[in-house]
Amino acid sequence: MISFSQLLDALSYMPGRNGKLRLIADYCAHTPDPARGYALAALTGDLSFDAAKPAIIRALVEERVDPLLFRWSYDYVGDLAETASLIWPAKPGANRPPALDEVVERLQQATRREVPALLAGWLDALDATGRWALLKLMTGALRVGVSARLAKTALALWSGKDLDAIEEVWPALAPPYATLFAWLEAKAPAPSAEGLPTFRPLMLATPLDEATLPGLDPGAYQAEWKWDGIRVQLVAGPKGQRLFSRSGDEVGAAFPEILQAAQSFEVVLDGELLVARDGVVAPFNDLQQRLNRKQPTAKLLAANPAHLRLYDILAEGGEDLRALPLVERRRRLEQWFQAAAPDRMDLSPVIAFTGWAELQQLRAEARAAAIEGLMLKRLDSAYLAGRPKGPWFKWKRDALTIDAVMMYAQRGHGKRSSFYSDYTFGCWTDEGELVPVGKAYSGFTDEELKRLDKWVRDHTTERFGPVRAVEPGLVLEVAFDAVQRSTRHKSGLALRFPRIARIRWDKPAAEADRVTTLAALLEG
Amino acid sequence: MNAPLRPESWLQVSPAGLYCVPAGIHIDPHRAVDRAILTHGHADHARPGHRAVLATAPTLAILQARHGEVAAGGYQALAYGERLRINDVSLWLSPAGHVLGSAQVVLEYRGQRIVVSGDFKRRPDPTTPLFEPVTCDVFVTEATFGLPVFRHPPAEQEIARLLHSLRLFPESCHIVGAYSLGKAQRLIALLRQAGWAQPIFLHGAMERLCQLYQSFGVELGWLRPANPDAGPLPGEIVIAPPSAVADRWSRRFAEPVTAVASGWMRVRARARQARAELPLVISDHADWDELLQTLDDVQAPEVWVTHGNEEALIHAAGLKGIRARALALIGRGEEDETAAPA
Repeated sequence: MISFSQLLDALSYMPGRNGKLRLIADYCAHTPDPARGYALAALTGDLSFDAAKPAIIRALVEERVDPLLFRWSYDYVGDLAETASLIWPAKPGANRPPALDEVVERLQQATRREVPALLAGWLDALDATGRWALLKLMTGALRVGVSARLAKTALALWSGKDLDAIEEVWPALAPPYATLFAWLEAKAPAPSAEGLPTFRPLMLATPLDEATLPGLDPGAYQAEWKWDGIRVQLVAGPKGQRLFSRSGDEVGAAFPEILQAAQSFEVVLDGELLVARDGVVAPFNDLQQRLNRKQPTAKLLAANPAHLRLYDILAEGGEDLRALPLVERRRRLEQWFQAAAPDRMDLSPVIAFTGWAELQQLRAEARAAAIEGLMLKRLDSAYLAGRPKGPWFKWKRDALTIDAVMMYAQRGHGKRSSFYSDYTFGCWTDEGELVPVGKAYSGFTDEELKRLDKWVRDHTTERFGPVRAVEPGLVLEVAFDAVQRSTRHKSGLALRFPRIARIRWDKPAAEADRVTTLAALLEG
Repeated sequence: MNAPLRPESWLQVSPAGLYCVPAGIHIDPHRAVDRAILTHGHADHARPGHRAVLATAPTLAILQARHGEVAAGGYQALAYGERLRINDVSLWLSPAGHVLGSAQVVLEYRGQRIVVSGDFKRRPDPTTPLFEPVTCDVFVTEATFGLPVFRHPPAEQEIARLLHSLRLFPESCHIVGAYSLGKAQRLIALLRQAGWAQPIFLHGAMERLCQLYQSFGVELGWLRPANPDAGPLPGEIVIAPPSAVADRWSRRFAEPVTAVASGWMRVRARARQARAELPLVISDHADWDELLQTLDDVQAPEVWVTHGNEEALIHAAGLKGIRARALALIGRGEEDETAAPA
């Protein structure tokens, strides 16, 4: 656990890719099995501990630390796991620090009731960095800037094996990867992944520069809506089904109904994961509730049913279709869809249009919550990994803006813990009362943040813990994607994706927008 | 019978800072005064221009090295433990363990004893004598790291991490950001203890103070200037002020790894803010446990907190049954670790 914690710590600060590769390779070279295998699994996101919940951490700390000191410390540090690891009181005469494999294996077997005592014993035995790594490992939030791909690249660098060869055997592996390391150290033949569901890197679009539009031939492109969900790849075959996020992480466990619906197929599909009820796409918020739920409850499954809207087909019956032009793949997708008639899936419709002006009009009129904008894809484009420039464009719809008045400011977390960086803003009612309509904490530069922070401190009228009420004197131009009804704010309205577009230092607060202006933008 | 003597009647916060009324002398005043006692040489404690200053010999030397002619009108050196009587006040200095020459000021007046700690730490430091707790009626303490999240690991462990990085990235010059008075010399001494025998390269701002330390008998080994003639320095250690580390100055070095040595590096957001790739948690201030241990050691029923995270320390002192309050001295934290960006 000590050397693993030192690895995580070093990785978290190492900015360069090469440095990260070197750190991982060095760790693998100097760490025995099975610890290095579990470390790799932690880095690639292949470990999870269902019985270990973040709430346990807080409860354990609160048994040991004065509540006020804990609160001040958390306020200062800004991260619960880090605060807990730093504030945990040293216990002289504690046991030896646990090994990583011991931690992983015991956590996997532990019941929810056993976890607190187990965890407390380990926290007593580790130093602050060890405790931090343990808590990050347990909660599955390493955030050290290492993707599964990077970890595999480090293995290639260390062993001299080809990266593609490692990717190829990956589906056949499970932590702690004894067969992998045996192969990498030339002590055993390569594991075989024949027929297993493997991830194929996604093709991504670049933002459209509207100025270039007149130069593009409308006849060469297919237009589709850009749906506001999560881009995924569904891989189904005789040896199982997997659902991958765009980075190649497996997300299938959170969406069992999609895996279920793919059970009898042998196909690789690209699509948008959504929540839909009776064919109507629900707001992104409903999908959010399904994310990061390792095992969704029956109630959640029924209330927020997942749906896959299909964009593309990459393979069918073992045949790789990626080299075919889009127009041909689309035909194959439609054929497959008709024959297979899968549950919980539909086709993302192709939009008929004759010229850019017409498409622009359609885009401007599209205000449904599930639509983020348009996609333009060249009909002759092969399916290429990564973000090639040219064949695919995303054309997001324009943001809306209002002028609102800052009402409250809250201190940020972590790096921003000394700055008032989160702003609640409001608009005027017809009676001349200022009511909150939203909250934003992005869209300004570091320089502007300093100035905003000073303004807040100079214009505070009241303080409630980390929040300050300010004089209604600063106008913020707020950009957002849509207005929705909400019970959260007194105005009855809420903004989607609000961010600060401009700070109107010059504009008198009385001239900011009214709530009625905002209500007129409500989606049907 | 006289009313009991109130400590705040004879040690007060004047506009210039802490002032001992019966002795007519300020302690670490933040503006020029007639007579001042200086606890140590950091600029936020030792300002130039006083008519007469009293301090340890190294602190006086540091003051003069930094400010030359205008450092002060007159100087009086006082060794640790040497007593001096001013009016009805008896005073002496006790080691504070913070940097070379750092001292606590012990003031005795009509049977009452107040100790002004200045900045201090409790860990052994090869460049300065160990802090000596003095029992007292009122203890005036700093609270730079006055939150229980600040617990400094052993400095030797942090040095080992630096040396491990040098082995793993031998093509990189390792630039360590450290304050030029105290931290830099302690780092060098710790590296020597860990067996690093190669020359250590110094930013120009470090050189004079390192020579001063050597003149007081502190062994720092072979030091060389990190000037352009020295080249890109792969596999070497360069020590520079924190402001220079991320500056254009550091670009001439080979694939630099930037380390920063400071107690603030304990908190990840702070380390990222300082752009540290290798944060080294090495501090010359007492950590949370040392602050509380010191309150136990000096047995003072009353504690005054000068600067730092006063709130939490006052709360924790209260839990121990100690009366504690904040002095809120201004002008602190313009050099040394307290100067880390908020």
